Amino acid sequence: MSLDSDLTRQSAATLATAIARKEVSSEEVTRAHLDRIAQVDSRIHAFLHVDAEASLSQARLVDAKLAQGVLLSPLAGVPIALKDLVATKGVPTTCGSRILEGWRPPYNATIVEKLMAAGVVSLGKTNMDEFAMGSSTEHSGYGPTHNPWDLDRIPGGSGGGSAAAIASFEAPLAIGTDTGGSIRQPAAVTGTVGVKPTYGGVSRYGIVALASSLDQAGPCARDVMDTALLHSVIAGHDPRDSTSINAPVPDFVAAALNADVRGMKIGVIRELQGDGFQSGVLERFNQSLDILTELGAEIVEVSCPHFHYALGAYYLILPSEASSNLARFDGMRFGIRVDDGNDRSVEQVMSATREKGFGAEVKRRIMLGTYALSSGYYDAYYGQAQRIRTLINRDFAAAFATVDVLVSPTSPTTAFKIGEKLEDPLSMYLNDIATIPVNLAGNCAMSLPIGLAPEDGLPVGLQIIAPAMADTLLYRVGSALESALVDRWGGLLISEAPSL
Amino acid sequence: MTTQYESVIAEFDPIIGIETHIELGTNSKMFCSCSAQFGGDPNTHVCPVCLGMPGSMPVVNRAAVESTIRMGLALNCSIVPWCRFARKNYFYPDMPKNYQISQYDEPLCINGYLDVTVATANGPQVFRVDIERVHMEEDTGKLLHAGGAGRIHGATHSLVDYNRAGIPLIEVVTKPILGTGDLAPDVAKAYVAQLRDLMRALGVSDVRMEEGSLRCDVNVSLSRPGEEWGTRTETKNVNSLRSVERAVRTEMLRQADRLRAGDRITQETRHFNEGTGDTTSGRSKEGAEDYRYFPEPDLVPIAPSKEWIEELRATLPEIPSVRRARLQRDWGVSEFDMQSLVNAGALELIVASIDAGVQPAAARKWWTGELTRVANERSCELEELTVTPNDIVQIENLIAAGELTDKMARSVFEGLLQGEGTVADIVHQRGLIVVNDDASLIAAITAALADSPDVAEKIHSGKIAAAGAIVGAVMKATHGQADAARVRTLLLEHLGIKE
Amino acid sequence: MTQKAAKGIDRDQVVHLGTLARLELTEVEVEHYTLQLEQILGAIASISAVATDDIAPTSHPIPMENVYREDVALPGLRLEDFVNDAPAFEEDRFRVPRILDQPS
Repeated sequence: MSLDSDLTRQSAATLATAIARKEVSSEEVTRAHLDRIAQVDSRIHAFLHVDAEASLSQARLVDAKLAQGVLLSPLAGVPIALKDLVATKGVPTTCGSRILEGWRPPYNATIVEKLMAAGVVSLGKTNMDEFAMGSSTEHSGYGPTHNPWDLDRIPGGSGGGSAAAIASFEAPLAIGTDTGGSIRQPAAVTGTVGVKPTYGGVSRYGIVALASSLDQAGPCARDVMDTALLHSVIAGHDPRDSTSINAPVPDFVAAALNADVRGMKIGVIRELQGDGFQSGVLERFNQSLDILTELGAEIVEVSCPHFHYALGAYYLILPSEASSNLARFDGMRFGIRVDDGNDRSVEQVMSATREKGFGAEVKRRIMLGTYALSSGYYDAYYGQAQRIRTLINRDFAAAFATVDVLVSPTSPTTAFKIGEKLEDPLSMYLNDIATIPVNLAGNCAMSLPIGLAPEDGLPVGLQIIAPAMADTLLYRVGSALESALVDRWGGLLISEAPSL
Repeated sequence: MTTQYESVIAEFDPIIGIETHIELGTNSKMFCSCSAQFGGDPNTHVCPVCLGMPGSMPVVNRAAVESTIRMGLALNCSIVPWCRFARKNYFYPDMPKNYQISQYDEPLCINGYLDVTVATANGPQVFRVDIERVHMEEDTGKLLHAGGAGRIHGATHSLVDYNRAGIPLIEVVTKPILGTGDLAPDVAKAYVAQLRDLMRALGVSDVRMEEGSLRCDVNVSLSRPGEEWGTRTETKNVNSLRSVERAVRTEMLRQADRLRAGDRITQETRHFNEGTGDTTSGRSKEGAEDYRYFPEPDLVPIAPSKEWIEELRATLPEIPSVRRARLQRDWGVSEFDMQSLVNAGALELIVASIDAGVQPAAARKWWTGELTRVANERSCELEELTVTPNDIVQIENLIAAGELTDKMARSVFEGLLQGEGTVADIVHQRGLIVVNDDASLIAAITAALADSPDVAEKIHSGKIAAAGAIVGAVMKATHGQADAARVRTLLLEHLGIKE
Repeated sequence: MTQKAAKGIDRDQVVHLGTLARLELTEVEVEHYTLQLEQILGAIASISAVATDDIAPTSHPIPMENVYREDVALPGLRLEDFVNDAPAFEEDRFRVPRILDQPS
């Protein structure tokens, strides 16, 4: 396969092969993407931190290793963007918050170490809703990111920066994190692919915690195979993360190659359709179901009755755990300190620092979480939410007893306009209605693009949900569906995005 | 005439409770691999985990769990089949995460007991102290308050060293201890002493109160017989065995005063003052702090298997009470004496001295005699004295060789306590040489006799006892470095007197 | 036995939450958040309709037990790794403003 002259329009797999064959160097590929970032990011604002020299220097190191014949990985030399929630040693990590302005972690997240060992080159840190709290990246302390499909629209959140970087060809790969849909929903509204791995499948060491029992880091790319390749690099047991799964990493790439859904039973979740879902979204969703049927799968309707309560449970569990996880940001050991020097006490300085450093959404959730954990309320709120979680687990278990995977639209709507939902936190929370149950249960899910909504021409995503530890099923089904769609479109959906 | 204390006992029943925190002597911290060694330059035993840096995650130290299970077994607890860690949320600068990983409603060990023996005038009495729970948590950093007098009050700022943050801390909580009556302070002290000995025997901790590896809070309440239990107070900063006893006693007296005056007892945390022996009001516990406990999501449950528990049970050492009984028999001492030396904190020091080569009687003599006297004088623990079992070995060797008398030995101890050097250094510097060559002694005797001619006459006339005056004079002349018994023998020989 | 969920949240509670969570809220914020928290809690209230008396809570999504680390001391960070990111550092220690309240 010969290389197109525009390196930024290539898939990661194509780039990796070309680099391995010495048809092109990692330095050239990296430079091409840095140029692209310089060209378009002032309009997209996907990146918070880019250090061109550092990236090129990494790339040169990889080239040197490859020249020596050192086998790094199937993605060696390919560049990647990292959500700013990931600790990168010596490189600013803000989590989209002013409270960490200027902070350079003294250590790398485990997944960063894995990426470095695999010869993947970091392009920089991407924008996000502050501390991953949001569905639009509008809650970033550093300004919003713009959707490459329509710059007046949100790219999704909390990982809008990573998704936008991929969708605008600034990077072929990105790392996101997903607590309630923060990888999947941005993927859906930007026409890209994103996967939330099974809880524990990817190490959380070095991923700044939002809700510890829900968070997972995951791969983002423009197609299913690239996503599988990236997932393979970052997955695996980590002794530094007590909740990481201690089992061999399944072969996601093989699963993506085995794009065969014949004989599979695919369940449609009754509770994740209908009211609240945009008509164009449902239209494309149903068309995809037809395609899956054509491909040989059997579509079955299943009911997960407790999914109605998932949003409520989630918006209790997340703020509760987050209120505790964010307590360490107090201006004492790292980050900013707000002290007017007028002999204020430590209690006052902590309070002033957090007041100034945190944005409104973060403060809102901290208070909600503090409230839900308070004595007298614990049982009715946090306690009850954890019990509903058990019921949601049971719903999934019952469903998976009859089907192999489940599907739903990823997001109820396409990308909305920047500013449209900012004043109404509740309406913002509804964006996650389809993605949240998966985080509560801890199993895995993928979002892939299935078309543009007729009414607004914006991307629609379909979510595939598989049982815990069965991430390979996501790649198998996703690959099959993508193949069929790409055939119809004559290329990836993303190639229809407006040029920037 | 009854003392104030006796009158309080006559009117009230004390109920006490003791919470101890024990720092484990593991190599690494509870949730990270940083060194758990005591000391070290500030902030040099730290990492992203114990500094609470964003993205860091805890991983449980297996040895800490094993130690906790062994402690629970030694305290006759049940080891639960399943439990979790929980977060205790509150803001304080010595806590890097502003929450402490602890155990809340699911402690690892529950429902145990320790039989505590107290020496009383009527002989030893055994009290069964029920143990509510033994659980794991992590220690906090150390604060230095600057700009004031070193106390938090009046400080302009504080300096934090996180070396200690994350060191495994095991909390042992008793159930309310009833029926101790006038022995409440003694039971409290004996419990802590015997708990400490148990921890040492298990090898899980240094348990040095002065170093903070054993910390105590004592809870005290009073009630009139037949009435409901009174409000309890918690007293902190109880840093020695002596303080445990004093704190309980003082608090009983204070509460009685208030109750008799018709005032109520405020449920609060009080601070024990070493200097005055009284307790002062600290923070009010009324409307208890809301710690918003919830299960720690970054850690998975602890589910010790029966096999593991039995493996650990097999590693338990001889039960201290059994060992004490054996030593008592070996040494031929009374129960009262045995309990006294245990509760004075002398047992392990005596055993260590014997292990180092000192005769049992000599070891007991020095530790319960001279050294306890000094410890009392200084209001400190025996083990804080700068005298080691090896020092005693050397001193005893010199005495056995006739090169040191008992009296001179006291001078050596004085030198050791003042940090003047080794036993050999001190003997040399202080010129502690036994004058034992007969020629010098006879010369001194002769001189003394010359000074008191009438004494020689008295002795000759049968008053042998008068020899004591000459012996005394010779001792004085030789700065106590003569062997008094030898002087007496030589004196009588010199006078030609046979006894 | 589940406790009843509180009816709503009032201004005083929000001020108290601000203190517990170390947030120096402005008056405007207190007003604002009281309203929003009330709305959110109202929306969440539906969860109390679910009968869960005999349901065990899930605190860990994937069942796992007994994960440990061997008791070996390893070097961690050196002072220079974090000193420059500390807001205030003095005598090799983190300097913090004067402390008023001691925890019990």
